[in-house]
Amino acid sequence: MNFLSVLISGLGAGATYAIIAIGYTMVYGIAKMLNFAHGDIIMVGGYAMFVTLALVGHPVAAVAAAILAAVLVCVLMGVSVERFAYKPLRGASPLAVLITAIGVSYLLQSLAQIIFGSASKMLSGLQIAGHVMLGTLRINYVTLVTLAVTVVLMVALTLFIKYSKTGRAMVAVSEDRDAALLMGINTNAIIAITFAIGSALAAIAAYLMLAKGASLANTLGAMPGIKAFTAAVIGGIGSLPGAVLGGILLGVVESLSYSIPALAPFTDAVEFGILIVILLVKPAGLLGKARREKV
Amino acid sequence: MNAVLEFFKKPFLRKYTNYIVVALFTVIFAILSLTGGLKMGTQFLLEQIGIAVLLAVSLGMVVGFLGELSLGHAGFMCVGAYVGGKLSSLLVGAMGGNEDSIVALLLALLVGGLVAAVFGIIIGLPALRLRGDYLAIVTLAFGEIVRSVFMNMPERLFGGTTGLETPRFDRKYLFVFAFLLVLACLAVTQNLMRSKHGRAIVSIKDNEIAARATGIDVTKYKLFVFTISSFFAGIAGVLYSYSNVRLQSVNFDYNYSTEILVMVVLGGMGSINGSMIAAALITFLNVKLQTMLTGNLAVLQKLFYAIILILIVIYKNAPGLKGFREKYNLKALFDKLFKKKPVAEDMADGKEGDDAE
Repeated sequence: MNFLSVLISGLGAGATYAIIAIGYTMVYGIAKMLNFAHGDIIMVGGYAMFVTLALVGHPVAAVAAAILAAVLVCVLMGVSVERFAYKPLRGASPLAVLITAIGVSYLLQSLAQIIFGSASKMLSGLQIAGHVMLGTLRINYVTLVTLAVTVVLMVALTLFIKYSKTGRAMVAVSEDRDAALLMGINTNAIIAITFAIGSALAAIAAYLMLAKGASLANTLGAMPGIKAFTAAVIGGIGSLPGAVLGGILLGVVESLSYSIPALAPFTDAVEFGILIVILLVKPAGLLGKARREKV
Repeated sequence: MNAVLEFFKKPFLRKYTNYIVVALFTVIFAILSLTGGLKMGTQFLLEQIGIAVLLAVSLGMVVGFLGELSLGHAGFMCVGAYVGGKLSSLLVGAMGGNEDSIVALLLALLVGGLVAAVFGIIIGLPALRLRGDYLAIVTLAFGEIVRSVFMNMPERLFGGTTGLETPRFDRKYLFVFAFLLVLACLAVTQNLMRSKHGRAIVSIKDNEIAARATGIDVTKYKLFVFTISSFFAGIAGVLYSYSNVRLQSVNFDYNYSTEILVMVVLGGMGSINGSMIAAALITFLNVKLQTMLTGNLAVLQKLFYAIILILIVIYKNAPGLKGFREKYNLKALFDKLFKKKPVAEDMADGKEGDDAE
């Protein structure tokens, strides 16, 4: 029974990683860049919720307003980062884009610290307390909410990409940007939409993290961002199901590692160790397709 | 002044200007230090500059010449610092507590560097076979692993969260060793980049597929550069352990790796001299600002780095800014100021400016 509860809490953590990893993987698939600042968009969402909670009085309305505000602010932030920092570098070497992304991540973190101070904050208004008992098995409500939100988002996103015109254009751009441009697809708009979707998911992830009781600081998104990124690479970067699989896998491993006393202090090392092992065995990630570079 | 400039323009000397400048600095400061003309603070500053230059030049090899991004340079430094620091404290203990033993210092430097290089091979082997972006994430992961492993090792081994106590070399001489190591690193890097192997390495950066097609063993060269770079990062780590009483793995985090990257980018990717100047400048500012900016003001420094990083990279690389870049750059400004015709750049000083095709 104990193992089962560890597994379930791992699923909850993994679902949050999966939502963040989808943002990484979509941007990688379509803009062909690693958006290092994605984790810090989560942090921006967290502060957006903090400000809204302070402004709105009614407790239930405040939560709804906070999520809405976070999504809006994150989308705005993600799209403007793309517009001002990454778009000028389209066509430049990948190294240049990567370094700029690191710069943006630094910029967001330090701006947040300047505006809100370095002391971390607890947002008790967002937290979801309580649990249900299934026999002797204890399941927190927040885990259930996280899993439900993840499933709904996954289904919605898959349907959107498969059946909507924009979604199909996104697939086309990720396959071959130049050919898509020739077919009359506005690639710049598609890239901006991708950033918007990724950032909206980051806002949701911020809510789920704070609902679980994470304290809000300017580094809120840094570590989860890096881990979700690892998850995306494990699952095969560019692949949507891969991101989910990688996220869940990482969450479960993390939870298991925490539950073993001898391994608990080395949890981070175990997680990143898995990445290195998987890259050794399956360089394209679990569900990624190995692609030959063409001249 | 003009006579001096003319002197350095001789082809033979032009090749070695940077060695001469570093050597001159070393000699001048060594004499000052021996005669008691240097304050403790200055000696500390010089040590830090030596360490930073080693780190920046070695990271510059990977980022600037090879065109791969490593985000775990502080991790390799951490390995060197802990291994070298542990070894030197054991040796010093065995020698009856003589902290200024040169034998212990040299042994620690060698072992620390070699162990870091071995880790470079272990990390580079899987990551460098893959597409470029993977090295960034694997090295980032490596940096985090190293940090958390050293922190959680049993306390009697590596000090745990309280940190590892290491011997401290006499401040009067330590920076001289640091500067000599900078000279050695400079010799290795510069000679490598001016050899046929160096040209192979630069060709990988410019076009990997074309380099492979001309028969260059891309993976071998990548691994080679990455290993040398890790070796010098390890050496810098050993120096760091000698310069501080206590090693704490928290200091070798991702932010530190980023700071080294800022030095490389600010100095101009692919320029050894640029990396050295930027490293010295940033370290000087860091040490000076540390006392002035405290608490929430310290974050201004981080903000400043972020803005530098973004602006420089966009200025240097944006395809849309090509015309602007050709019109306004340091070289054009320099030529205008001194009213002379542009001189061809030195080979290893790299290409000025644009990589955009």
